[in-house]
Amino acid sequence: MTGATLPSLSLGPVLYLWDGPKWRDFYFRIADETPIAHVVIGETVCSKRLHFIEPHVGEVVERLERAGKSVSLASLALVTLEREAQVVRALVRDSTHPIEANDLSALGLLAGKPHSVGPLINVYNGATARLLASRGATSICLPPELPMASVRDIVRDTPGVSFEIFAFGRVPLAISARCAHARSKGLVKDNCQFICGDDPDGLVVETLDRQPFLALNGVQTVSHTCQTLIQELPELIKAGISRIRLSPQDCDMVAVARVFDDAIAGRSLPADAIARLLDAYTGAQFSNGFHYGQQGAAWIADHTLT
Amino acid sequence: MELICPAGTPAAFREAVDAGADAVYCGFRDETNARNFPGLNFSRDELKAAIAYARQHGAMTFVAINTFMRAGREKLWHEAVDDAVRLGADAVILADFGLMAYTAERYPEQRLHVSVQASASNADAVNFLVETFRAKRVVLPRILTIPDLARLAKQIRCEIEVFVFGGLCVMAEGRCSLSSYATGKSPNMNGVCSPASHVRYREDGCELVSELGDYTINRFPAGEAAGYPTLCKGRFNVADERGYAFEDPVSLDVMDHVDLLREAGVSALKIEGRQRGKAYVAEVVSVMRRALAANAADRPALISRLRLLSEGQRTTSGAYEKRWR
Repeated sequence: MTGATLPSLSLGPVLYLWDGPKWRDFYFRIADETPIAHVVIGETVCSKRLHFIEPHVGEVVERLERAGKSVSLASLALVTLEREAQVVRALVRDSTHPIEANDLSALGLLAGKPHSVGPLINVYNGATARLLASRGATSICLPPELPMASVRDIVRDTPGVSFEIFAFGRVPLAISARCAHARSKGLVKDNCQFICGDDPDGLVVETLDRQPFLALNGVQTVSHTCQTLIQELPELIKAGISRIRLSPQDCDMVAVARVFDDAIAGRSLPADAIARLLDAYTGAQFSNGFHYGQQGAAWIADHTLT
Repeated sequence: MELICPAGTPAAFREAVDAGADAVYCGFRDETNARNFPGLNFSRDELKAAIAYARQHGAMTFVAINTFMRAGREKLWHEAVDDAVRLGADAVILADFGLMAYTAERYPEQRLHVSVQASASNADAVNFLVETFRAKRVVLPRILTIPDLARLAKQIRCEIEVFVFGGLCVMAEGRCSLSSYATGKSPNMNGVCSPASHVRYREDGCELVSELGDYTINRFPAGEAAGYPTLCKGRFNVADERGYAFEDPVSLDVMDHVDLLREAGVSALKIEGRQRGKAYVAEVVSVMRRALAANAADRPALISRLRLLSEGQRTTSGAYEKRWR
């Protein structure tokens, strides 16, 4: 891994509904115990959940910054209601921290201001990345669906932007105006009773043959498998990736961060890293198929690296 | 309001024009369009002939180039735009920012429509695309209620086109990787969703099982019609409840609300279905044309005739009504 600058670790926003104190304490541990350099916080999935974390944002930002982390605030992924549009406008207008844009409204409002672009914005080629850069994007987390061949081309063709890869976590696969999570419990979105809070790591969707497949997270659908790009780190580093993103799951994320830190620095072998990740996230099933241009659920063991 | 009709083949194109389409939309025979199915779509020569036919009959042709450019293969998408413009497309329907920038810069006079796949779901998003790429029309995702549409129409500086009939995406369009998670092929990258190449049916006892990739999408007891295993319309187990976790196998039909859509400020009504045969296209377009012209008393009979054409004959007004959520 000599020759290329080593990437730093970043932490994406918590995608799930965690109660306020759990959310706060999670970030306190991230601040105090992890080598993570960049932290993106904020509710991205459902505007109805915003009030759960709002009382704690100030203290979390302060604790993270005191620990030397840079903090960005994430915008909502799906904006349809006027109330949601107002939330995004207020965020862009009032924030003293950099913003990560997760929908086109935030991208539009952030034009001319330095900002980052989240993994739910469709950046599939260098032309799009360069356009976003010309409007103020300084870092872009590429979509998890993107194969390595595209990652390599985009990074090469877009100088001056830091690129980030979604390297750990259940993959956000879809978002809807309808809440399948509420519906699964006999409720509807407008009267959901925040039932998604019962499933802090998502609610598994199995096939009729009892094969775990997806997971519900409110209006979002995530993968059942946990995307894990750790044996791929050498080629990602070689391609010029600046940041390795970990997406919080309801598991020992401090341990996960340490495993990735060791792997980036070359202090551990991929096989050991994967064994340690399984200790940190008991029962997880890993995947990396998207990286290889295959079905996202696939797990491809790269024997050349183990 | 304009009636925008689908054509997957030159024959369907002519049927749509003959049946009274104001515009017909279609795509090239490759992964530049979001209905990249075997046996469908247009060669350059076929598009040229189709545009000429439409012109003779006073109809417009919109060319959908609405997948996302694959890094390193941008030329395929650039050539699709070049050729659509050269052949005289009345509008190109685009989703990728990089391709919109290419088109706006190279062909400033070309009419640019924002595809539903671009996921512009609010005023700030639409105005961003209007200002940056001079988009003239936006096709809105099927996640907004009619009051949402009415409010949006007052805040944006371009025309609105909405889907009213045909297939229904449950997820916000352009933001769904469910298909590639199961098959490696996605709407955004390959122009396909739940592709037939990955579909299998097998019998298990007295049930017919439909599979997509490695996953069971549905099981049909004897006597129940087996639907196509579109991932988001499958039956799954969630917390021991067995059922349609995301959406039943229904299709969209908002014809009951046509007057409300007009009042909301919608400029164009779009029929989904480039994968459908020419007979279907002809019938849907002609009935819908008459339904739009009919008075309130005559319209219900025409709408019920339309409903017979829907897949599975079950329809929903989807997100256009708030209770769907």
